[in-house]
Amino acid sequence: MIERFLGWLGETPWSVALLESLYVWPLVESTHVLTLALFVGTTVMMDLRLLGVAFRKVPITSFTGRLLPWTHIGFIIMTLTGLLLFYSQPLRYYHNLFFRVKVLVLLLAGANVAIFHNGVHRNAAEWDSDASPPRAARIAGAVSLAVWTIVVVTGRLIAYNWFDCDIQPQPAWVNWVAGCAAVTE
Amino acid sequence: MLEPFFRWCEASAIGRAVAESVWAFPILEAVHLLGLCMLGGAVLVVDLRLLGAGLTGQSVARLSRYARPWLVAALVVMVLTGVPLFLSEAIKAYYNTSFWVKMCTLPVALTFTFAVRERVARREDPVPDALGRLVGAVSLALWFTVAAAGRWIGFS
Repeated sequence: MIERFLGWLGETPWSVALLESLYVWPLVESTHVLTLALFVGTTVMMDLRLLGVAFRKVPITSFTGRLLPWTHIGFIIMTLTGLLLFYSQPLRYYHNLFFRVKVLVLLLAGANVAIFHNGVHRNAAEWDSDASPPRAARIAGAVSLAVWTIVVVTGRLIAYNWFDCDIQPQPAWVNWVAGCAAVTE
Repeated sequence: MLEPFFRWCEASAIGRAVAESVWAFPILEAVHLLGLCMLGGAVLVVDLRLLGAGLTGQSVARLSRYARPWLVAALVVMVLTGVPLFLSEAIKAYYNTSFWVKMCTLPVALTFTFAVRERVARREDPVPDALGRLVGAVSLALWFTVAAAGRWIGFS
């Protein structure tokens, strides 16, 4: 059912126009990539603070209070441009191995943010100015660095069609992860 | 005049190895992007503060000191991955306007960051002033141009 919906979505006039446009698609893609500097960039700076390896005298609440709004702006731009890119070729991305891994790891990234903000950050006042934050905060910073690294790398690799369903034969696990069975039959 | 040099680059051992490998170019690209993330964060923390936004509770001097090693590390990663990417398609780059825009803006951005911005940021000045705002805005504009032109190399 998802396949049929995405197939229909990809044939809507706006989707076709976006994919075939000479400048709009590259501009959307470039915005998506450049906003990494804002979104992942500010995230990385906060992760380094949580790990206690940089900005050691800057309170954590400075980061979560004053820098996080900029991270949020970056996140909104990433999401909007990302959805547009997906809309331009829904079925292809849906069956792209790297896209699937990226979405899965994005969910992990979201879970990490939720655990941090509902957990150790709740009593941030107690460790706000500690050069080296508590263990739970350091773990959140390390997990964040790891998951966003994977998201950036897999995101970049979506552009390559090595494991696309129309490139066969592939190892069985590749076809399984990419959900190619329905396509190849 | 420079074309023979670019041909030599593309014929170099590293250039050919990257061009002939399936994985090398994409992996180098991905790490180049990770460098962009780190560079973006390290530049933005200071520029936003110069513009009177972001971590406003901290002095520019302190933020600049903290961000500097990460800025340098990011630049090292970007150069180490950027050079082999360039070597693998040097002739394409030679005829690519975006490549030249990037390569002309990059030295300006580097010089501005380490010669001008660093000096302005060193003043222990808590209030954002006209000079600080100007320097922050110019830095953002320069790095944006480098990054945007860099991305556009692949499209043109």
